[in-house]
Amino acid sequence: MSFVPGQPVTAVVQRIEIQKLRQGDKLILGFSIGGGIDQDPGQNPFSEDKTDKGIYVTRISPGGPADVANLRMGDKIMQVNGWDMTMVTHDQARKKLTKQKEDVVRLLITRKSLEETVRLQLKSMLS
Amino acid sequence: MEDDNWGETTTAITGTSEHSLSQEDIVRITKDLEDSVGLDCRRYFTRAVAVILGLLVFLTPLAFLTLPHILWPEKLQSCGTACEGLFISVAFKLLILLLAVWALYFRPARAGLPRVFVFRVLLAVLVFLLVVSYWLFYSVRILDSQDTNYQGVVQYAVSLVDALLFIHYLAVVLLELRQLQPCYSVCVTRSTDGATRHYNLGQLSIQRAALAVVENYYSDFPIHNPALLSASKSRAAKHLAGLKVYNVDGPGNNTSAGLVQSQSRAMIAAAARRRDTSHNELYYEEAEHERRVRKRKARLVVAVEEAFTHIKRMQDEEQKKAPGDVMDPREAAQAIFPSMARALQKYLRTTKQQHCHSMESIQQHLAFCITNNMTPKAFLESFLTPGPSLQYSRDHWRARQWTLVSEASVTSGLKDGTTFLLKCVDFSLVATSKKIPYIQMSEEYIDPKSHKFVLRLQSETSV
Repeated sequence: MSFVPGQPVTAVVQRIEIQKLRQGDKLILGFSIGGGIDQDPGQNPFSEDKTDKGIYVTRISPGGPADVANLRMGDKIMQVNGWDMTMVTHDQARKKLTKQKEDVVRLLITRKSLEETVRLQLKSMLS
Repeated sequence: MEDDNWGETTTAITGTSEHSLSQEDIVRITKDLEDSVGLDCRRYFTRAVAVILGLLVFLTPLAFLTLPHILWPEKLQSCGTACEGLFISVAFKLLILLLAVWALYFRPARAGLPRVFVFRVLLAVLVFLLVVSYWLFYSVRILDSQDTNYQGVVQYAVSLVDALLFIHYLAVVLLELRQLQPCYSVCVTRSTDGATRHYNLGQLSIQRAALAVVENYYSDFPIHNPALLSASKSRAAKHLAGLKVYNVDGPGNNTSAGLVQSQSRAMIAAAARRRDTSHNELYYEEAEHERRVRKRKARLVVAVEEAFTHIKRMQDEEQKKAPGDVMDPREAAQAIFPSMARALQKYLRTTKQQHCHSMESIQQHLAFCITNNMTPKAFLESFLTPGPSLQYSRDHWRARQWTLVSEASVTSGLKDGTTFLLKCVDFSLVATSKKIPYIQMSEEYIDPKSHKFVLRLQSETSV
């Protein structure tokens, strides 16, 4: 998941589709995000590389739409509905996630355990 | 048969009004007469001494120069060029000395202080001693021996004038420059309503510090208004008026001092225990008064603004065209005054300022504001906030007789913790001096390139 500035990022991603829940007059997703290019990356507890300014999931409300869709705490969000999330400010990320006209968001997320799973699978497939 | 009701009558203490001064006025006038005789005597005496000293100082060098010519003209050596050059020097130095003395001493006296001004006396004695010693030397060594070296005599006269100029320099430093550097901070409080101001003074004697305080009082302190103090006096009277003390132990049990003490203690205890609702009354009264003042003020502002729209300044071109019904400022003021008079009078009555402003002074102020193109708000400002005593008519400066009350001698210098009192007829000013502390300042250099910042935020938003 580490990136070199100027080089394309390669990562193993998982597609997660979350249906927004209507609460009052708002559509909510049931998780909290942290990070962004305008934030301090050193304080992110979930990132491996402390210079990574991407958007991370910091909290999942239990039983909410994100929990149901298998989003985990510590996931890094790479894309939301096709919009890139690796080089956005915190506020831009929030806006892309909370568009009131859409009631479903398709996320591309990555986590460390994914890469390890894929590597193990490859090893077991090849061996 | 004893009258059952004789103990029920309570006496109420009324506040003194400012018109009940007739007895004190008489006392004051007689005291004024006595003082003026004493003061005038002292003033004339000091003036006479100063004139004599001045004449002595100016005529002495001239006398030194002319006496040899008068007494032994034949024996005298003729004056060469260097000697005549010294004449010019003497003339100009005397002129400079004359101008300097005029600048420093010939100023109208600001005040009459209770004791003599120590530095001035010292300097006068010094000058006198200098001149006397020069005369002594001159009479012994030059007049008696009839010295023929005229250049020496002229140089002697020049040295006298130089010494006088140096004494004048000493006078400037002692009298004017020494007290310029602020050394003490004096806190002045008015005893009747607690108005407080702070002044920075240098090293002065107590009487000169008191003079500085009084001069600043007239321009800084809001005017003393006795009408505003009557409310607290009546409240104080009501506190103890309702209590009566009975002595049930019978007469002769205690000494009179012990009796009075136990009586007052009983009264204090009873007053503390009584459920007092006067704070409630005060609160509601003040709220009501505030509301009334604001209402009257609103009416006044509207009336004045409307009155000011009735007149218009005439331009120069118009002045030539229409000479009819043209008014000068006083007449214009008189014309628009009636429309605002009632609102103004009601407002002054509500804020208890009506004795500070007379009709004449209000109209004068209005004419002044009209002449100088002031807005209605500028005209009203002197009525809405009580200004310093300077702002009002001359009879509000009537406390020109001040008494300095001090435990230390009034010619001693100010020290840390000196307290003195300035009493005048209606109130007194309490002054306390504190020394301005020694300030130790150190420097710290910051490189302009060292200002760097990082983001500290890690905000978390729930979606």
